[in-house]
Amino acid sequence: MPEQIKKTRQPRSHSETQSDASSATGSQTKSLAVDLDSLLDEIDEVLESNAEEFVKSYVQKGGQ
Amino acid sequence: MAIPKVCGIETEYGIIFKGGDVNPITASSIIVNAFSQGVHDSVGWDFIDEHPGSDARGFSLDDYLFPEFESQLVNTVLTNGARYYVDHAHPEISTPECRTALETVLFDRAGEEIVRRSMQIANEGLPFESEIVLYKNNSDGKGNSYGCHENYLVSRTTPFAQIAQQITTHFVSRQIFCGAGKVGVEHRGIAAKGNSSPWFQLSQRADFFEEEIGLETTLKRPIVNTRDEPHCDPVKYRRLHVIAGDANMSEVATFLKVGTTAIVLAMIEDDEFPEHLVISDPVSAVRQISHDYSLQTAVVMSDGRRLTALQIQFELYEAAVQYAARYGLEAVDQSVGQDVLLRWQHVLLGLKSDPMSVANVVDWVAKLRIVEGFTLRHGLQHDDARLKAIDLQYHDMRVDKCLALRAGLEVLCETDEVLRSMSQPPSSTRAFFRGTVLQRWPHAVIAANWDSVVFDIDNEGLKRVPMPEPLRGTKVLVGELLAMCQTPADLLARIGSQF
Repeated sequence: MPEQIKKTRQPRSHSETQSDASSATGSQTKSLAVDLDSLLDEIDEVLESNAEEFVKSYVQKGGQ
Repeated sequence: MAIPKVCGIETEYGIIFKGGDVNPITASSIIVNAFSQGVHDSVGWDFIDEHPGSDARGFSLDDYLFPEFESQLVNTVLTNGARYYVDHAHPEISTPECRTALETVLFDRAGEEIVRRSMQIANEGLPFESEIVLYKNNSDGKGNSYGCHENYLVSRTTPFAQIAQQITTHFVSRQIFCGAGKVGVEHRGIAAKGNSSPWFQLSQRADFFEEEIGLETTLKRPIVNTRDEPHCDPVKYRRLHVIAGDANMSEVATFLKVGTTAIVLAMIEDDEFPEHLVISDPVSAVRQISHDYSLQTAVVMSDGRRLTALQIQFELYEAAVQYAARYGLEAVDQSVGQDVLLRWQHVLLGLKSDPMSVANVVDWVAKLRIVEGFTLRHGLQHDDARLKAIDLQYHDMRVDKCLALRAGLEVLCETDEVLRSMSQPPSSTRAFFRGTVLQRWPHAVIAANWDSVVFDIDNEGLKRVPMPEPLRGTKVLVGELLAMCQTPADLLARIGSQF
């Protein structure tokens, strides 16, 4: 099933997208099966440093 | 026969201003203005045909609503046919009208890039220590929600009560593949019980639905919204305004959300919705289903059966396959519709066998995978603030911070196509006319809205071009005409009965 879908939709592969992924979407085009360990390594790096303060200060006015 | 399912998505973005005391309305205005001023001339939105208080059940609240002055402060139409504005203290972008689910995904993605570009331009103009950050999510984790609404063209001849009852089944159960996932619970009754509340749930929005049907969008939200504001010929059409969905980071989730809903609506119009598939208590069911990510919770159906959301979705999928065989899928575009059916089956089978197998297409699964992995790696409790931080940051629109961009989600749209769609309208709907005249003659178009464009013609004054048909004004119908006209006066002289 997934192979069939890929053919009709033609999602781009990792290598195809690296060259043109400029300021727009960057890493969204990474390969589909991102290894969990390397993903968690990256999250350790980019996660807001003071999580408690960040979560506390994220307050929104209600919308629709 | 079912009518073509013209559709679109409106997204309210969460917004924070770091390094200063600036209220969110001002911050949202800075964002929307940044794009208008940084990219192209701004054209104002025309409010003449707005009636958000008009109810599909036949009465109107318009006389009782206060004018929303603040929402009219910043309100622009973009050359891709989208509307970009400030609403309820959030920046909001509505895609142009699209003909298919795939096109809707493309313009939702273009909206994301417009928002990213706005952040970049706005932040360049702010003091060094200040920054505006936007989030494509639907809740702050503290009981405040903001929406991601879908819109679908439906026939006025189909009784609204039938649409409402039958589509509710889909709205309640589709969250298993289009829920964006949330750490924690915000529903007052359950949150108050403390330990019994789940630490993770399928949907951002499920905690906020309190009624089956109604006109409200900000308080006591209903599963089916009755706003009757078609933005097109009101004798022939309705616009079903859907407030019961999450904003998705996954393109495939957006594709499935819009694609399956469009097919189910076509089935309802052709009277092919399985009549027995009605949930007895949908308001409770929305939360029960969202609060159980093992997907085992069964809800009572009107025929007495107890079905899980997955079972309900399998039955809907089977009915859709039979419908497609009998009626075809032209209402949703034959080839896109077939792709929706394939992916619908694929995601349901994946959720049934092992939800983690669809972590590349379902947002809640992608988020759960990260949160569970992080919990194990660092030996955390489920109430650790870092898990909620991951939840929020999954939706961060900054490329260098966004966790969804790192989660390995499958991509449907080519990057160059997305970037082009930030300024080019879809060719398949009246948005083509709106976007193209804005590109060609930005100074002659003084206002525009969904169903009209107002031109200021030298020596002739203001001329309104009404567009009551969403599928006129397309590239096929007016592309040549627009190309041969040198001036807007020329266009208006030749336009005749194109709309």
